[in-house]
Amino acid sequence: MAPQEIPKGTPAARSMALTALYIAQEQYGYLSEEALQRVAERLGLSLKDVYSTASFYSLYQMKPAGQYVIQVCEGLSCFLRDGAERLVDCLRRKLGIEVGETTPDGRFTLETVQCLASCGTSPAMRINDELYDNLTEEKVDAILEQLARG
Amino acid sequence: MEKALLKNVYVPHADNIDVYIAHGGYRAVRKALLEFKPEGLIEMVKKTGLRGRGGAGFPAGLKWGFMPKDPDVTKYLCVNTDEGEPGTFKDRYLVEEDPHQVLEGVIIAAYAVGAHRAYVYIRGEFFLAVKRWIKVIADAYDRGFLGKNILGTGFSLDVSVHRGAGAYICGEETAMLESLEGKRGEPRLKPPYPAQVGLYGQPTLVHNVETLACVPHIVLRGPEWFASIGTEESKGPKIFCVSGHVRRPGNYELPMGTTLREIIYEHAGGVKGGRKLKAIIPGGASTPMLTPEHLDVPMAFETLPKVGSMFGTGAVIVMDETTCIVKAVLHLARFFAHESCGKCVPCRVGTQTMVKILEGIEAGEERDGDLDLLLDVCNTMFGKTFCPLGDAAINPVASSIEHFRDEYEYHIREKQCMV
Repeated sequence: MAPQEIPKGTPAARSMALTALYIAQEQYGYLSEEALQRVAERLGLSLKDVYSTASFYSLYQMKPAGQYVIQVCEGLSCFLRDGAERLVDCLRRKLGIEVGETTPDGRFTLETVQCLASCGTSPAMRINDELYDNLTEEKVDAILEQLARG
Repeated sequence: MEKALLKNVYVPHADNIDVYIAHGGYRAVRKALLEFKPEGLIEMVKKTGLRGRGGAGFPAGLKWGFMPKDPDVTKYLCVNTDEGEPGTFKDRYLVEEDPHQVLEGVIIAAYAVGAHRAYVYIRGEFFLAVKRWIKVIADAYDRGFLGKNILGTGFSLDVSVHRGAGAYICGEETAMLESLEGKRGEPRLKPPYPAQVGLYGQPTLVHNVETLACVPHIVLRGPEWFASIGTEESKGPKIFCVSGHVRRPGNYELPMGTTLREIIYEHAGGVKGGRKLKAIIPGGASTPMLTPEHLDVPMAFETLPKVGSMFGTGAVIVMDETTCIVKAVLHLARFFAHESCGKCVPCRVGTQTMVKILEGIEAGEERDGDLDLLLDVCNTMFGKTFCPLGDAAINPVASSIEHFRDEYEYHIREKQCMV
């Protein structure tokens, strides 16, 4: 069945909530009330249900975020291999923002996240949906430069 | 030991179906569907002694046997790829680098239990895996390994990918089912177990990725091969994830029952920089910490509880003498506090309280009786949380106080690290 043929308000429609929220996030930039309302209408769910689901998961942006969302892994294995806090400190210095903030030009948001299952190639971070591992300060510099150019 | 689960580790592009088939792929599906009846496969898996690789270690054959046999009952199969236990990185490897091996396991297991729909729940952070699986599934349909009347047997199976959105708790099987249904990933009360009441209220077989990856090898080599590897109660090959202060962190496929010493010193190259070993977490963040005196313990389901720990996912985290135990445990406590779903009070409040106390000790703020308070919180939480996450959160804290009480006391007294 094509998505538009799934009857609204059914368990099958509700099962599309996570996917629909990803799509809305991409279209609206973040999950604003308008975006959540649109998901609710398309799936035949209440706004309350959609908000309840969206706010549970860490990959949904509930407030405006930068063009690039940098998520540094805080896992134990990253910490043990000079990542986590050290990497966060390095990024805070380079971007001039604290964790949870976005640069004034709207380019970068800095976040910390839980284990990214890259413990064998730690330290690790994600930028939007791309995984970067075996990180060093030099590698981070190169990645930021490339993104700033692109 | 000849590699099974990681046999394609040096095959470039094993996620490409042609490459996979050229290396012997899909022979297991052919053999299972053409030469076996579903009951025969269930018996076969029971004979292997295969236990789930996602942390709980439940016998896979029993799980298959619990699924109702009535062909009119709609049944589902769900693949749990919500790998998020700190220290564990085997499932991500399997679904990214050798996905068809896992899909073969899915097809065979679905055929055995009579499920005609399978969902691959992939952790939201594993974007590469999500992209690959969309192609992997499409290619399998093209070659007739999925869809209607697979290999002319009359068996039909549809498979789709479901991307999670960031929540460790969705690795708990009933929380994953809630998430598949588009809801908050909060665990359900058990029983009923998913084999009775699962996805959309129907019987559902839920398996970890590595468990399913074992299945094609069992079909090709026979249950005796699998059961000949390992210990009395823990059979087969296992991927051990080794991380932290070792020379060569990575995934190592070894027999169940390999000792921690062999895993850390022979395979992972020993402690980095020739430093001294201080502590080991044997099975991922939720398993109690061990010390160098436990190096000769075999890594198996039945042996680790004898020394006060658990097998978990077989994810070995190694810490050397330069590690501040308080800080390391604080990292784990923060993880559990962040990932507590908030449904039950002992877990929600307990995990946050543990973080506050540990932060106090770490920052050198004087608070007498902090250690007793921490242990009191552990005792209050133990056995009183809705799902196993609460007990998991206690493990690193309680076990580290047991083994490294001196270090905690030093931290409180001297307001600084011992290391």
